[in-house]
Amino acid sequence: MLSGAAAIAGIGATEFSKESGRSELQLSVEAVQAALADCGLSPSDVDGLTTFTMDTSSEIAVARELGIPELRFFSRINFGGGAACATVQQAAMAVATGVADVVVAYRGFNERSGARFGQVSVAAATQVNTNGLDNAWTYPFGLGTPAATVAMQARRYMHEYGATSEDFGRVAVADRRHAASNPAAFFYGRPITLAEHQASRMITDPLHLLDCCQESDGAVALVITSAERARDLAQPPAVIAAAAQGSGRDQYVMTSYYRDDVGIPEMGVVGRELWRQSRLSPAEIQTAVLYDHFTPYVLMQLEELGFCGRGEAPGFIADGAIELGGRLPINTHGGQLGEAYIHGMNGIAEAVRQVRGSSVNQVDAVENVLVTAGTGVPTSGLVLSRNGAR
Amino acid sequence: MSSVIRPMVNRDSAYFWEGTARGQLRIQSCNACGALRHPPGPACPDCGALDRGHVVASGLGHVFSYVVHHHPPVPGKELPIVIALIDLDEGVRMVGEVACEPEEIAIGERLQVDFDRVDAADGHGELTLPIWRLR
Repeated sequence: MLSGAAAIAGIGATEFSKESGRSELQLSVEAVQAALADCGLSPSDVDGLTTFTMDTSSEIAVARELGIPELRFFSRINFGGGAACATVQQAAMAVATGVADVVVAYRGFNERSGARFGQVSVAAATQVNTNGLDNAWTYPFGLGTPAATVAMQARRYMHEYGATSEDFGRVAVADRRHAASNPAAFFYGRPITLAEHQASRMITDPLHLLDCCQESDGAVALVITSAERARDLAQPPAVIAAAAQGSGRDQYVMTSYYRDDVGIPEMGVVGRELWRQSRLSPAEIQTAVLYDHFTPYVLMQLEELGFCGRGEAPGFIADGAIELGGRLPINTHGGQLGEAYIHGMNGIAEAVRQVRGSSVNQVDAVENVLVTAGTGVPTSGLVLSRNGAR
Repeated sequence: MSSVIRPMVNRDSAYFWEGTARGQLRIQSCNACGALRHPPGPACPDCGALDRGHVVASGLGHVFSYVVHHHPPVPGKELPIVIALIDLDEGVRMVGEVACEPEEIAIGERLQVDFDRVDAADGHGELTLPIWRLR
């Protein structure tokens, strides 16, 4: 049983900016140092490292800089932002099986001042592997940005369920409201209105600029160890009650267009596994961090995870349910639209703060927090709890 | 304006691009069970057979979904462009650019394929892309 075996004991991050002025490796090293300091461990306690396949800093490079003497476990997870929660799953499995004692998951990049994911990447289209082959069915026709691939799904969702651009905008308004009271957020002190969302320029119709996450420089690191050891460390543990990956039938990266229905069934795979492992239900989640690179997928996640039925998310969020004070406040750090885009890892850190009771936008009486990773890709999720497995 | 992004082509997909060069829109077909499939691949997900061929599509279909791309720039394209998910009459779905004004496109619109040679003088060799027109 994975549930309850491991916990996130420490979290650390750099500042979030548009130009860090230092290398991606340095950013990751700084974040790992901060995460270890947070929980009172040192580099010599670490014997495992895990990150995204996309990360440019290898496990051994990070270990060298930190002076980590020996590594007994190192691994990488594929599929862009879909890797975020799965790095924690890797770490938890390593800890639960005794393969490693302390594993750090990290992600650091200069995604704004360096290679920008929002631009059309000729390299992505021409890579000589099956991803390159998959991209041959979209890029040459002009469909080559993450926003455009999501817009295609969003248009069909609007057609099927009567959703509107305003429904997407309510997600952006909620995130930016939460960011406005988070000093670490890029958009601290800058909430938006639905009218401002509607007036923002079209990127790929039906997506406006304010439906799209930020481009950010920064790094986040998470320290995972056994729940038992975590209880003796400096911070209250965020016990990993469930950790899941998911890929659906006929799965592609951002372009799973060839299924009968639209949507993100891979997140349904993750959700069912989270509920199975944790023995919890959506009603027992007090707050969630739902991956928000683009607003439409937040609505679809609410449906796939069982917070509401298919096509019901616009109604679910209409009365402010996802804002502070609502039934299910989401992305209380401001999300990737409001705080920063650190490939979902900053959202996991916020989930830990909610479990600890230390968020700047703390939700009352938090017992369980659900976190998801990148949508439209093979993905992952976590349930973090104050008291762990039941 | 830089040149159109070239498709990565391998032996599992070459038949498609050889088809567009001849003015044919080809769909992979399973020689064992007859299932049609796009995008293609070396095995039939329905029956597992590796023996495959192709059929030439009628070139007719309708819009399942679409976007109008404004930002950021796309190599080889003058923006905005309309890109659609097209349900072919044969029962498979593919992505394609639609040569129309943004306000002319809608879900359900009938489309017909045409072909656009984009090899020009950019030194990247021959490439013919399907381009879709309102019918």
